[in-house]
Amino acid sequence: MQRILNSRHLTGWLLAAPLVVVLAIFLVLPVLMIVVVSFWQATEFSIVPAFDLGNYEFLFTSHVTLDVFWNTFRYALITWALTLGIGFTVSWFLAFHIRSQTTQVALALLCTVPFWTSNIIRMISWVPFLGRNGLANQAFLSMGLIDAPLDWLLFSDFAVILAFVHLNTVFMIIPILNSMMRIDRSLLEAARDAGASPFQIMTNVVIPLCKPGIMIGSIFVLTLVMGDFITVRFMSGSQSANVGRLISNDIGLLQYPSASATSVVLLLTVLLVVAGMLRLVDIRKEL
Amino acid sequence: MKKNHYSRRSLLKGGAAAVAASAFPAPMIWAQDIKDVVLRQAGTGVSAYNEVAAKVKEDLGFTLEMTALDSDAVTQKVATQPDSYDIADIEYWICKKVWPTGNLQAMDTSKIANYDKIVGIFIDGKLAPDSVIAQGTAPHTVGFTDAVDGKAFAASPTGFMTLIPTIYNADTLGIRPDLIGRPIESWAELLNPEFKGKASILDISSIGIMDAAMVCEAMGEIKYGDKGNMTTDEIDKTMAIFTEAKKAGQFRSFWKSFDESVNLMASGEVVIQSMWSPAIAAVRSKGIACTYQPLKEGYRSWGGGLGLSAGLSGLALDAAYEYINWYLSGWVGGFLMRQGYYSAVPETSKAFMSEDEWGFWYEGKAAAGDILSPQGTVMEKAGATRDGGAFVDRMGKVACWNSVMDENQYMVRKWNEFIAA
Repeated sequence: MQRILNSRHLTGWLLAAPLVVVLAIFLVLPVLMIVVVSFWQATEFSIVPAFDLGNYEFLFTSHVTLDVFWNTFRYALITWALTLGIGFTVSWFLAFHIRSQTTQVALALLCTVPFWTSNIIRMISWVPFLGRNGLANQAFLSMGLIDAPLDWLLFSDFAVILAFVHLNTVFMIIPILNSMMRIDRSLLEAARDAGASPFQIMTNVVIPLCKPGIMIGSIFVLTLVMGDFITVRFMSGSQSANVGRLISNDIGLLQYPSASATSVVLLLTVLLVVAGMLRLVDIRKEL
Repeated sequence: MKKNHYSRRSLLKGGAAAVAASAFPAPMIWAQDIKDVVLRQAGTGVSAYNEVAAKVKEDLGFTLEMTALDSDAVTQKVATQPDSYDIADIEYWICKKVWPTGNLQAMDTSKIANYDKIVGIFIDGKLAPDSVIAQGTAPHTVGFTDAVDGKAFAASPTGFMTLIPTIYNADTLGIRPDLIGRPIESWAELLNPEFKGKASILDISSIGIMDAAMVCEAMGEIKYGDKGNMTTDEIDKTMAIFTEAKKAGQFRSFWKSFDESVNLMASGEVVIQSMWSPAIAAVRSKGIACTYQPLKEGYRSWGGGLGLSAGLSGLALDAAYEYINWYLSGWVGGFLMRQGYYSAVPETSKAFMSEDEWGFWYEGKAAAGDILSPQGTVMEKAGATRDGGAFVDRMGKVACWNSVMDENQYMVRKWNEFIAA
């Protein structure tokens, strides 16, 4: 008995148990439920347990699905490229140009200030700013930059991507900054001594050492953008669709099985994307 | 969960007591018991005002609990969970969908005191003897059945009503007259290239498709057999015209919630769009000109009423009849008419409105003084007249009623494609 209690295996299992239970109940079970329901049938009033491939058949044969998935990827890729560019630059500045650690911490915290309000509020506040009679257009008009208000500022793909970048850049900044702070400064000096230009230092020393941070940030941004529906709805004025909106429309019309099928396909797509990214960098080794 | 402490069994007992009481008249028992009745009303929220529940408690003594849901959720609740509500506050097209499930019971019109005064729209479909009945799910076509537990709709009044009508209105396009600067007379203007990037339509498929049909018909592009029950071919053609307009950048945005429609209009992002009556009032209350523009093709109209759950019996059923009779007796009618809706028994509401209010809302006369909302805010300044004019002018020009189509699922799919296009 005493031997069993002292066994390392048992302690390990017991330590892991709470997390396993929580994840099983709140993650694995609901996902399984979604998979099961995706094979059910729906009438106008009820959902009927069945094994029916109809939901998937409709999903894979409708040209809308293709358009909408393409749109989702497009938003994700553009947002990813922009947040990566901005995130890397901001982190670079914080890590290598700010000498005092206090200032560094203060500025990093400043990046998180927008998170003190909900992301919906942060998003909606763009609407009066970008509108036809909004602050941006009024400013441009009075500066004489334009003759007529720019309509594409709001309710357009531009607005959607602007909001995505605004909402998600901080998820890029923090992990990259974290990686950069760990870089041994003597490596940079050594590179300089060996005759590397600043650009070469960035590409040959800093970027390879930042890979895990870049990868973690990318996973955050891609999964958040691909799973979003509310940003697309508000910033495009309901005129563009991504997969999330397809799912939310189905739920609104009580078509749970069809919503589940779309969710399963989206989940698999996102998992594939993340798996692909993890193959590029072994995050665990690098950390 | 049921909040009342009356279980089904005790209600049945109460019902038995009520029957006994009516056989051996002893009304006092009944009057004391009814105070403990709780009626649960599930509805679409148009008429779910706390003021109404408070007034029920005051006038009738029992408790009314209201739940407001969107129309899809109400439809599902009424159709699948008959034990979860006592009174269904639904639109007539929802009635068409859910009545066949047998979860509602018909009402005996001989127990409805003001039945004879209900406007013709809900009885034989005619406001005046020479009225033409509009397309779509006209309320009178689903308003009657042949028995308390009847499953089919009756073609003419039978003495058993499926819903008791309570609230209705005529919807049209809202415009910003100050930004348009010329008269607007037709639904076709929604797709006029002049308003490119400044138009909007609501993204609620069942209503949006009707507005779209009004526009296509006004443009002369499509001739519908019945806009309220389109064929798949008509749906395809309608959506093709709107998809083309969307791709050409006609629409600034679509809206799904009341607030969105108000903001789009008030900010000037949109100058012409589908709109609901209270949203117009909300824009105007900001001091911005906004007209609920009457159009020559007529209105898209909707109507709602109260239905009784099939599970209601005994004391609770008596209370429900009491409630419905009270609903038609005028106070609620006056309350709703002051929001811009119409009451099913206008003449009883008159007693609960000032002469000026009655003249403004019902008769289409110029307001003598400021017109206030039931909450006391100024809705219209003295001298204003109601857009579209008098009751008979507005309700007399209904082109189509909100409806549910046989091809509903096909339509929803096509609508989603339009949004994603």
